[in-house]
Amino acid sequence: MKTIYGFAMAASALALSTGSAFAGCGIDKGSVRILSNDFPALQEVVAAASKCAGDGVTVTKNLTTEHEQLMVPALSANPSEYTSVFVATSSIQPLVANSLIRPLDDYVATYGKGIADKQKISIGGKVMAIAFDANAQHLFYRADILEEAGVEPPKTYEEMLAAAEAIRGKGLMQYPIAGTYKAGWNLAEEFVNMYIGFGGAFFEPGSAKPAIDNEKGVAALEMMKKLSAYMNPDFLTFDSNSVQAEFEAGNAALSNFWGSRYGAVIDDQGSTEKITSEIKIGPAPTVGGGSIPATTLWWDGFTVARNISDEDAAATFQALTHGASAEMANAHTNDAVWLIDGYEPGVEAEVVLKTLSMGGKTYPAGPYMGLMHTALGNEIVSFMQGKENAEKALADTEAAYTAAAKEQGYL
Amino acid sequence: MPHRTFIWFILPSALAMLIFIALPIVSILVQSLFVENERVLVTVENCGPFGCQKEVRVDAQATAALQREHPLGRFNGLGTYGNRSHLAFSEIAAIWNARPTLAGFLSEVMTLPFYRALAFTLAYTAVVTPLVIALGFFIALAVDALPRMVKGPVIFMSLLPMMITPLIGSLVLFWMIDSNGIIGASIQALANDPSLSLKASATLAWITLFVYGIWHSAPFAFVVFYAGLQTVPQDTMESAMIDGASRWERVRYVVLPHLSPLVVFVALIQLMDNFRVFEPIVGFSAQANATSLSFNIYNDLRSTGTPLFGSAAATSVLTLAGVALLLTPVLVRTWRDFKRSR
Repeated sequence: MKTIYGFAMAASALALSTGSAFAGCGIDKGSVRILSNDFPALQEVVAAASKCAGDGVTVTKNLTTEHEQLMVPALSANPSEYTSVFVATSSIQPLVANSLIRPLDDYVATYGKGIADKQKISIGGKVMAIAFDANAQHLFYRADILEEAGVEPPKTYEEMLAAAEAIRGKGLMQYPIAGTYKAGWNLAEEFVNMYIGFGGAFFEPGSAKPAIDNEKGVAALEMMKKLSAYMNPDFLTFDSNSVQAEFEAGNAALSNFWGSRYGAVIDDQGSTEKITSEIKIGPAPTVGGGSIPATTLWWDGFTVARNISDEDAAATFQALTHGASAEMANAHTNDAVWLIDGYEPGVEAEVVLKTLSMGGKTYPAGPYMGLMHTALGNEIVSFMQGKENAEKALADTEAAYTAAAKEQGYL
Repeated sequence: MPHRTFIWFILPSALAMLIFIALPIVSILVQSLFVENERVLVTVENCGPFGCQKEVRVDAQATAALQREHPLGRFNGLGTYGNRSHLAFSEIAAIWNARPTLAGFLSEVMTLPFYRALAFTLAYTAVVTPLVIALGFFIALAVDALPRMVKGPVIFMSLLPMMITPLIGSLVLFWMIDSNGIIGASIQALANDPSLSLKASATLAWITLFVYGIWHSAPFAFVVFYAGLQTVPQDTMESAMIDGASRWERVRYVVLPHLSPLVVFVALIQLMDNFRVFEPIVGFSAQANATSLSFNIYNDLRSTGTPLFGSAAATSVLTLAGVALLLTPVLVRTWRDFKRSR
């Protein structure tokens, strides 16, 4: 493999020295085929990487919210349909577990001079992905409404409840809190945030045995229930799009909401200046007297497929490194919190960094966390509807998780 | 028709059915008997933008080696059918012992995913099927009585709900019944209750889904019955009129008996269609209040990083069994009619 890199290097050096232009990425040939989720930050990276297309280099892309369903079958084929999949904290799991992506250490050494250490996602000592942005849910609030209600921006969930009560008491808003509580993935993610805020662990150490049926789990659920009393009664159907719409319509004053949505919430579409200029952000609240923000940190990054030629792999790595450059990041400061060195952080980045410095935890992406997340999304719904108590909901979640984990061969 | 000719005549369809229907059923049957191979786990150090930590990982090579040895996975017999995600025998036994009252027992059983889904699926089928037939029949009678001039446009308008993709149709209605939407806001104003929401309460969400199902399928029943109405023998109708039969009596004693084979046909199709209700649950984001067997299959295949193929296959087989059970009375009746007419 080394000789091929050497050859590629020599070839690209030759190409540069002879002055023939390959759109400025230094790749002389190869096929780059990208599969990715579809939101602004990823669109920018893919667009920048696409500029590498030219003589002998082709760049094709498929940006779709269905990427997680496509990636395993598409990469299992040999040669695989895509040379790179953009992944997040949790979606890299199936690719690693099925050994569908290649270690990137050699590529980083050869082509990745500008890649910062914090960008390297290493698994068992090998770099398996290059992260380029960070995302987390944190506090969104309406400064004007809070001021009118006479409360400070909340630092804890207990303060958030008090603030919501004050807003409702003054008749400013009937449903001051909004949350991505849609039954399924979103609701489970809110539980994960809250449970981590209480300092909970999802599994017994070093095993796939569930461990959420405890006091912390009950406390997390009870807090979610209390918050939901200040939410629109349809809260179990609210996803990110609905929460964004509620903020833009001026119907919500407080939310623990995705940082990556901040740019879209305050832009000049879907709302008025009067509302958007008052929407501010802060670190995620803590809960239950804890010091860790009740949120999880996520990253997005790119991988390189295993079942492709070394030439295509090298071309892919170079094109995507070019795509995730400081230049691109500085041109789109509002689209994401970039992890790329040389990027001037904006207000959104400061909040995520503050969450991190307060001890914010990364999403607990073990191989069986996906099963736990699904079980939570299905089983805590009845509790949120008031049909059963927290202990029963947690016991049901553990039972549902155990059935799935047994089937998947983890237990 | 000589048997030889008949066999040649039916061979292409039989082959197609074998490949596209019988083989997939065999495949899910086999799949439902297996679970994934054991995953070999190792603890490794992982690092990222937010620091390093020791985490459990799947040993990809060791797991792949197991996979090569047993490509289908581990044989689990009927274990998947009996687990908590499906028929949940041991859970039901436990609930039976813990809950002395029938109501308490039932409400607890309804928290098990399979039974929750089955309850909605059966309710949906039982409510929507007869109402679709009745509504479709009355629309057909009404349209048939219209003057020729307006018939064309009215038929076209009546067919619209069926032309709309189910997912899109349910999404459109989902936004209309939102508390900010035209229907939702009107209902709140009519009931004088600003917190009334069709999405939040289980009962109202079920009713919404039923109404959607009837709205979407009634045109199918209508168009079948309307075609049937064109073949009602006119001399029988006229003699009934001469005998002094009212419009209702003519419908009851002439039209309905004439259309009864079509009623059986629509009932068959609707039973099958309604038993696999799925799109409206996604479109209405109703999974908090209503899940169906098809939704459970979708959930198993879609919402975890690695799909639960065995679980989805078991639910599919149970769905097939359910459809077969539901159709048995109708099929038995058709068979009897067939024997009699010979």
